[in-house]
Amino acid sequence: MTSLHPALILIAGALLLPFLRGNARNIAVLSAPTFALIALWLLPEGKLWQVQWLDYQLAPLAVDKLSRLFATIFLLMAAVGGLFALRQTSKLEVPAAFLYAGSAVGVALAGDLVTVFLFWEFMAVGSTLVLWSAGTPGAFAASKRYVAVHLAGGVILFAGIAGQIAATGEASFHAMKADSIATWLILIGFLINAGAPPLSAWLPDAYPEASWSGTVFLSAFTTKTAVYVLLRGFPGAEILIWVGIFMIFYGIVYALLENDMRRILAYSIVNQVGFMVTGIGIGTEMALNGAAAHAFSHIIYKALLLMSAGAVLAATNRRKCSELGGLFHSMPITTICGTIGALAISSFPLTSGFVSKSMVTQAAIDGHLQAVWLFLAAASAGVFLHAGIKFPWFVFFQKDSGLRPADPPASLRWAMIFFAFLCIALGVYPEPLYALLPYEVNYVPYTAAHIITQLQLLLFSGLAFFVMLDYLKRTPTITLDVDWLWRVAGPEAAKTFRLALTETRAGLAEIIEARRLAIADFLTRHRRPEGLLMRSWPTGSMALWVMVLLLANLAFFYLR
Amino acid sequence: MKYEHWLDNPLNVRKLWRGFLIVLALTVIAGFFVDLHPHFEIEKWLGFNAAYGFITCLLMIVGAKALGLFLKKPDTYYRQDERDD
Repeated sequence: MTSLHPALILIAGALLLPFLRGNARNIAVLSAPTFALIALWLLPEGKLWQVQWLDYQLAPLAVDKLSRLFATIFLLMAAVGGLFALRQTSKLEVPAAFLYAGSAVGVALAGDLVTVFLFWEFMAVGSTLVLWSAGTPGAFAASKRYVAVHLAGGVILFAGIAGQIAATGEASFHAMKADSIATWLILIGFLINAGAPPLSAWLPDAYPEASWSGTVFLSAFTTKTAVYVLLRGFPGAEILIWVGIFMIFYGIVYALLENDMRRILAYSIVNQVGFMVTGIGIGTEMALNGAAAHAFSHIIYKALLLMSAGAVLAATNRRKCSELGGLFHSMPITTICGTIGALAISSFPLTSGFVSKSMVTQAAIDGHLQAVWLFLAAASAGVFLHAGIKFPWFVFFQKDSGLRPADPPASLRWAMIFFAFLCIALGVYPEPLYALLPYEVNYVPYTAAHIITQLQLLLFSGLAFFVMLDYLKRTPTITLDVDWLWRVAGPEAAKTFRLALTETRAGLAEIIEARRLAIADFLTRHRRPEGLLMRSWPTGSMALWVMVLLLANLAFFYLR
Repeated sequence: MKYEHWLDNPLNVRKLWRGFLIVLALTVIAGFFVDLHPHFEIEKWLGFNAAYGFITCLLMIVGAKALGLFLKKPDTYYRQDERDD
């Protein structure tokens, strides 16, 4: 128990930040993730912390190649995101983001299911606080929907974990098969956080409501932690291939229809996570390596894209493509960085996406999964369409909106430049990334055939974009998603039910009142002073009846 | 005529378009000279990836537009429920 836990370093940093101001705070923001990163890399592999809890052996700190890879990218993201957010005026956001990032690291380094669950819930808290710190009514409303979905997911996950521990008698976190109710519940809990159907709408609903820097943090941790736990927990679960492919096309189609620049990118998170989930479903070493590598490069280029969008939002206070355009005139650095991110997400040769996503496609080829491969190839073209061109085109180019905001201040610029550099560096020189992957890499991304086929796919997708540009013109609209069910249908159903209930109750009350009156009336009719039962009888009639009785008696006597 | 940026000049934009089309053609022509290692039967067609990329993108746009017919709403659609919160 002598080793330091990197997640706790970052969370301690988060708790310290509210007490600091000025330069001390800036230094703490940058050094907390850096120290955690150093601590992570000083750790040897193995189960480093072991705790006995009830009857179970827990391992809150366990390191292997896969967990180190994810913890590394989470901490790198926290550091560069912290740099990007240095000028954020909300004093809550960065501490919340560090709690969130630290919890993601905690999940990545958890060797047992109980620790996974604990950090999983802390992530939900941290990310909700990041949303809150935007301070707008829209963000607050979205955060309530967001936390409801995640708490529901947490309950499902908890039920699954409890069932799994009860069934196996131990809590360690290792590869499972979805073959019992408990493991299915765990899988569902994981998939909810991955943005998988049918609840995927929580992601594009909530993420674009955060502040200009908040969305950058949100994009990185929840979905990629889900990718990590799926990689460790359910490699080769075939259903994930189809879940992933659904996510890929869902992301493309909704992003094509979307007008909000950050919501376009939010839909494309679901799309990109779909590639990773498909890779996990294929389950070969190449595919799992590809999913892990793609998660790594995805965090960088998606953060870069959202940083460029955040810089535009901070400078113009506008978020709709239909109100933006022509920003390349006055924001050259943001334009270039955003475009590099767009090329990387599209897997252009010489960018990080090219060396990571191709491994998933290659795994589909190696497994002779032609249908899957055709879907993935179409999806690669579609990524360029919905994010690679659409985002930079409508935000930075297209018609001139007349806006001339300047490039953002230094802290934002350097965060973008650093991530843009990484997008290219990993694309040109992928060996360091390949060395971090869980399995040995026997893959050469740069062959003439691969470059040419990829360029054909992407460039002709670009041609399709410009040919169809008239059909892609942005309109001030949104597209209904499953969140409609809990934003409109649910409340409407509740209102209708309440109305029906009130009416039924009123109707029932009326009937009951009528019956009560009838009974009261009946009772009083017979029991009032002159009523049948209460009135006094004349003595004569009494004597008459006594005589009748006596005569009857006499008659029976003789008849006997 | 003076332009604010060289990209604002329609002549330059036309040059970019021409360059783009030339690169498009080159990627297809390269298929004659480079063995593209087709993995599946369908990939052996010349320019398969180019045609596939183009056609699937058209289909995705058409599909999205079709879905949009049913699901598109003005972006003030949810304002009402935000006010209830």
